[in-house]
Amino acid sequence: MKEKQRKTGTMLVLAAALGMCIFGAVNGEAEEVFLKAVKICMECIGLG
Amino acid sequence: MLYGGPLKHFCVPGMNCYSCPGALGACPVGALQNALTARRRRFPFYVFGYLLAAGVIAGRFICGWLCLFGLVQELLYKIPVPKIRIPEKIDRKLRYLKYAVLVVLVIGLPLFWRSPYGSGTPFFCKFLCPVGTLEGGVPLVLLNRALRPALGWLFRWKMLLLLLCVLSSMVIYRPFCKYICPLGAFYSLFQKISVVRIEVNTDACIRCGTCAGACAMNVRPDQAPNSTECIRCGECIRACPAGALSFSCAGKEILGSGKKQRKKVTVK
Repeated sequence: MKEKQRKTGTMLVLAAALGMCIFGAVNGEAEEVFLKAVKICMECIGLG
Repeated sequence: MLYGGPLKHFCVPGMNCYSCPGALGACPVGALQNALTARRRRFPFYVFGYLLAAGVIAGRFICGWLCLFGLVQELLYKIPVPKIRIPEKIDRKLRYLKYAVLVVLVIGLPLFWRSPYGSGTPFFCKFLCPVGTLEGGVPLVLLNRALRPALGWLFRWKMLLLLLCVLSSMVIYRPFCKYICPLGAFYSLFQKISVVRIEVNTDACIRCGTCAGACAMNVRPDQAPNSTECIRCGECIRACPAGALSFSCAGKEILGSGKKQRKKVTVK
């Protein structure tokens, strides 16, 4: 892979990733992650 | 019993069960499955974007340096017991298993296998993940008497998987990372374009193969420094007698072996 193409690919994916993160956070997805992460996940520990 | 502060809005880059009493952040695989199993189907932009960003910035450098379960396996492998080297043919096929785990157990089944009430099941977390058992299940059951009567076949199954993982980690280098880990599988897709990478100075390389001998993930760093299987542990950089390998970040060398690079001599 040519260096320039690789760098362009990296920048495009990174920009898309940051865009998705911001879009998701604005739509309340970070809050959903938080609500799941602060409670004991019964499936994760083998009780669910 | 669990940390409930604002840091849990964010995922950590490595495997980290959020039910662990010591966890400060969310697990990216758990968060992804939680989003996929929701009754209201929608694309998980936040978690997917996070995974994409982590993958494109660091790739499997995360597996080598930031994953707690990777560290556990690394330490178990240091126990002085006879080691097993899986034949290359079988090893190469088994490595595809982690992609199947990612596609089937982490994405496919949680998304499409729905209960009559419309919610899905986080298949990977529930039936396979030994990290949840080790970091969440074992300490929570030990610390909380009220949970003990609820232990059933699922807990025993997960303990069996954990035991298998622990025992195999003593004789095989990082078996979970090599063959099962869906997070490693996802990050491996970005190895070729990630910002942090390993570079080979082809002029300095003397093609002695020392780097390949030092690589416990069975990669040839001189030929494929950014192989999907490379966890960027840096052992090859340390082993290279010619100082031809280095870590680079955004095209700039950040960490070499400290050895002076030899100039290639062409014999006519």
